[in-house]
Formats: sequence, C-alpha cells, structure tokens
Amino acid sequence: MNAGQTIAIVHLFPTLMGTYGDGGNLLVLARRAKARGLTPQVVTVGPGDAIPAQGDLYVLGGGEDAGQVAAARYLRQSAGFKQAAEAGACIFAVCAGLQVLGTDFEVAGGAIEPGVGLLDAVTRRREPRAVGEVWAEVLPEAGSAAGLPPLTGYENHGGGTALGPAARPLARVVSGIGNGSGGPAGDGTEGVVQGHVLATYLHGPVLARNPELADRLLSLAAGGATLPDLATPYVADLRQEREAYVRSGKLSADSVRTRR
Amino acid sequence: MPVSLPPRARLALGAGRAAAAASRLLRRGRGQVVGGRVMLKVDPALITRLAAGKQLTLVSATNGKSTTTRMIAGALRTKGRVAHNLTGANMGPGVVTALAADRAAGFGAIEVDEAHLPAMAAQTGATQLVLMNLTRDQLDRGSEVKMLSRRWHAMAEQLSDKTIILANADDPLVVWAARPAPSVVWVGCGQWWTDDAALCPECGATLERAADGTGIAPWRCPACGLARPQTAWSITPDATGIVTPDGTTLTPHLKLPGRVNVGNAAIAVAAAAGRGIDPAVALAACEQVEDVDGRYINTTVDGHPVRLLLGKNPASWAEMLRIVGTSGAALVTVLNARGQDGRDPSWIWDVPFEQLAPMPVWVSGERRFDLAVRLDTAGLELRGVTEDPLAGLAGLPAGEAVDIVANYTAFQELRARVVK
Ligand SMILES: [Zn+2]
Repeated sequence: MNAGQTIAIVHLFPTLMGTYGDGGNLLVLARRAKARGLTPQVVTVGPGDAIPAQGDLYVLGGGEDAGQVAAARYLRQSAGFKQAAEAGACIFAVCAGLQVLGTDFEVAGGAIEPGVGLLDAVTRRREPRAVGEVWAEVLPEAGSAAGLPPLTGYENHGGGTALGPAARPLARVVSGIGNGSGGPAGDGTEGVVQGHVLATYLHGPVLARNPELADRLLSLAAGGATLPDLATPYVADLRQEREAYVRSGKLSADSVRTRR
Repeated sequence: MPVSLPPRARLALGAGRAAAAASRLLRRGRGQVVGGRVMLKVDPALITRLAAGKQLTLVSATNGKSTTTRMIAGALRTKGRVAHNLTGANMGPGVVTALAADRAAGFGAIEVDEAHLPAMAAQTGATQLVLMNLTRDQLDRGSEVKMLSRRWHAMAEQLSDKTIILANADDPLVVWAARPAPSVVWVGCGQWWTDDAALCPECGATLERAADGTGIAPWRCPACGLARPQTAWSITPDATGIVTPDGTTLTPHLKLPGRVNVGNAAIAVAAAAGRGIDPAVALAACEQVEDVDGRYINTTVDGHPVRLLLGKNPASWAEMLRIVGTSGAALVTVLNARGQDGRDPSWIWDVPFEQLAPMPVWVSGERRFDLAVRLDTAGLELRGVTEDPLAGLAGLPAGEAVDIVANYTAFQELRARVVK
C-alpha cells in the first residue's frame, strides 16, 4: 500500500438497493480508507448510468423486489461491470445484492430472474421470512474472508440461497438463519465467498458492526496490502452488547425464529 | 343525535368501558386499546354502527398523522363536536374507542395505521380520507412501503364518489395509490424525503425530479407519464405559506416548528374546507396545536429548558435535523429498538447526520452504541454515551437549553418522566 493511493469504490444503484441503511457501508469504507492515508473515491452509479470498469471495489446493498430486478438487469447488461469482475476487482454485496450476484433468484409471485452469475448460488423463496439478529463465525475455509472475527448483523429476507461447488459459505451461524436454504432453520451457513466476490445477508450496516470485514475489503481492493490497525470508538461496545443479546434468553422472547 | 344501537352493540359498549376502567386501575396504560378490543369481540360490527351518521375524516401516513389529525379535529371543533382518538391507538380498537367516547359528535377526525386504513375506510364508510406520505419505517416488520401503497391503491379502486380523498401530490407512492378514486383533492404538502420513491409505482421506471430542494418540485415518469398532479392547495416553495384554490396565500403562524408542519396544516385546512369551514378559521385552529402527546413539548428538567422531539424513522429524523441544527440548544439523542420501534435500527444510517458535524451530542438509549458508532462516523463530537438520556444534563452549564430527539418507545418513557 502506498500513502495517498487512490481506492476507487463504486456504489452500485443505491436508489434501487439501499433500503436497510446499507449506504452506511460506504461511509465506513471511505472513513477507514482515509484513516490509513488512502484516498477513497466513491462513484455512485444510478439507473441508466454506465458502470466504470476501473473500480477497485464494487458495493451493492439490499432492497425490495422491484429494485432488485432492475439492478440485476442493469448489472447483466453492463460491459464495465463484466470487465471489472473478470479483472478480479473486489465485489461486495448485501442481502438482495447477494441474490442478484448469484445464478438466478425467485421474486414474490414465483418468477425466476436471471442473476449476474458471479456467485455459484441459487435463491428461492423461503418460509418463514428470516428476520432477526445474527451472530456468525467466519469459516476457516472462507477463502479471502478467512480469519475474520465473528460477524454481527441483522437479517431480513424472504429468500433462501443454496450454494454450488464453486462457492463457499462465508460463515456458520451461531444465532439466526443466514443463507436459509434447506428448510425453515436453514442449513447453518451464512454468506458467500467466491474469489474476490464476498456477499452476506447481514445488515446493520454490516461494515459498521464488523470493521475488520471493511478492512479486508479495502485490503483486497488495494491489491492485498496490509492495513495498520485502527481503533474505532464504540464498535467494541456495540459488538459486546449484541453478542450478549444473542446469547441471552431475550432473543427467543423477541420471537426470532431459531437458535442453535 | 347518535343512532340507536341494537342490544349486542350496547352490551359491547358496556363491556368495553368496564375493561378500560379495569385496565386503568391496573395501571396498564390508558385502557383505550383494551376497552376497544373487548368491544369488538362482543360486537365485531360496532365500528360500522358507531360511524353511521357521522362525518368522518380518516388520516393516514408514515409521518405526521397524529399532528394532522389533531389539526383537523381543532378545525372541525369550530363547527361542532368531534370524535378523536389518542395518538398511537390507531387500529380497530383505538378507532372504536374514539367513536364510542363521543357518540353525539357529528364529526370524527381519526388517525389510522397505514396497514389498517383500507379495513377502517370500509368499516366506517368515512367520507374523507387524508393520505400524506409513505416512507420506510419499522423495516423488520416487512411492511414494505410499496406494499402499503398497493393496498391503498386497491382501496381507492373500491371507493364510491361519496368518499373524497385528500392526497399529497408530492409523494409518488401516495399519488399512485389515490389516483383510482373517483374524487381526489390534490394538496402539495411537500415531500423532502425521496429515497423510497426512486422508481415509478406504476411501471418501475426511474422517476425524473427537479432537484430544487422545495419539496413541491414537479416529478414525472418518463416511461408511463405518471406525474405530479395539478394541485388545488399547496404550500409555497419556501414552505412559509399555504396557497388556497382561489390563489390566496395564507401565512401560518404555527406553534409547531418545521416545514413539515406547514404541509400538515395545508392538508388539514383543505380537509376542513371540505366540511365547509373557512380556510382562515381552520388555519387559526391549526395554529393553536401546541404539542401532540408530548411531541415538540417544552418542559423544564433540573433547571434546563427541554424540548422533546420524536425522530422515529429516516424521514422524520431528517426533519428533526433541520430543527435541532439551528436551535442552539444542546442535543441529546435516544435510540431504542423494541417491537414498537422496529427491532432493526440500521435506518439511522439513512439519516444524514453529517449535516450536524462537528456539533457536540449526547447519546443514549438501549441501542446507544449503534447510535454512537453512527454519529461518530458522521463526525459529531460525542460528549457522553449513557443509557439514561438525562444523565448528560448534569454536566451542562446551569439553565442551558436542551433538545432531546428520541424514537418511539424511548420518547414515551421520557415523556412520562419529564412531562408533569
Ligand atoms: Zn411509470
């Protein structure tokens, strides 16, 4: 990593995919990049805009059905995005964004929409909807995400995602549903890693609650550079409070569906 | 004169009153919801029976429905008795309690939860529906704003010409929902929060908007032509006046702060005019509304003048930023995430707190650490992070004014503590 090195962060379709505070992920990335002497350049791509091919990091948030279908169409048609993915740019997606990057996904009403195909993952509607607090341990085999501390976040999705052989789960849930395929309680996996593409069901926003994940993305975007440690006020308190919550009896009282 | 009721309905009223009284004795709140539930259990048709013969106005929105209902009730009171519900008791039980409380009232001004509006409109046969805005709120419940808009749209398709909708022309989700109704009065209330209406509700194309910051800027869909309708009533571009259908501009001198309340007054005056009340008289009544169940209330805590403000979702918090950013008062923020608040507080990242940086702030509530991380990221100076919202006051200079912005359950608790 070089001081002053520019990190081009492309925020994909926040007006279509930004229902759950996921715009906060960009604020966190920019702030943590700056604190390390990097120069973050955030480019926001709206519907109809060309997606730049030269980005270092692409971020896609969660959203509702209509926005998700529109975003998937724009991404599939984009030459710039295809070129960036083939060049190995880091791509990070949350919730509906995870579904969009997969092979295909089902929307309300039963229609199957083709995805972008960057993740070997298929999403179908699940019952009941997965809603609630999540605590998940990152798996040692989670490729470019391996070694990260446990993930904390809030999930809210009606889709269950099954992974194919080319994709690996990001984490195993301690509490919550996660990817949620294979029955009401899900299969215990959360998120997807495939090369430089990382995806999760967690909101929160996830990078605010898990700054080490934000740093891992920045590191990948900066060509594998090691970033110096950075203390973030109140994040340790927040993580501790959330962990205590999921491990207390309160969680089932708040009618979250399963605990393991 | 109230209509006469069959024996079952009279039994329901008696049982409901007894249950409400018992609930109050047990200190379980105001008894409104409990009493209403019992009434509807005994006579499920009671809402329809009690609504008969009244001129009813139902008010629904994500934000501002309590305030606007209060304004409309005040305006209607210049003409007669008004049945009116308390803030928050806005589903079936709250509605039936309001109607039962004053059976002789000729008018009703009733706030209704967004999801329950179609059922309440059908059961009451209300002749006025006031529809103001639909924005993201309580995300964990999965009541997506577009789904609410679709429900209102289906309701509007069923309305007869006896019911008039007064609708905010500045929220595309509301316009699309109201359009099928046979009779709509369009009011430019202003809608500054546009993040939930990027796409056309009719066809899904991206809406075009003039970004002039006025809240009443024209918008249209380039694909299907859905557009901001011509308004009969509107706020002025600077949100200091209300333009009536004959072109007169009224200047409101509201006790409530903020441009959203000018928009609320505009649609309240329009609704009152629909009941034959002179706009100037109606506006004078709106001006008298001082606080709405503690929202905007001024009180004193340990010698500090304290104002209580409700910031319960991104759109309402964004309006509070404008009020607290210029008040010069110390700012205390409070965040909970209980069932009534929505259990997912990630919406705080949709609030543009950066506008307040580098202002000092005190952070509190059950989810204070979520809020602390958000406000620290936004560049505010965190002076204290404590569970108790009043803990920071001790460190302030004597007599310094304080604005406290809290979300729903935090607000209720605080109000109970500080409003005597
Ligand atoms: Zn359209």
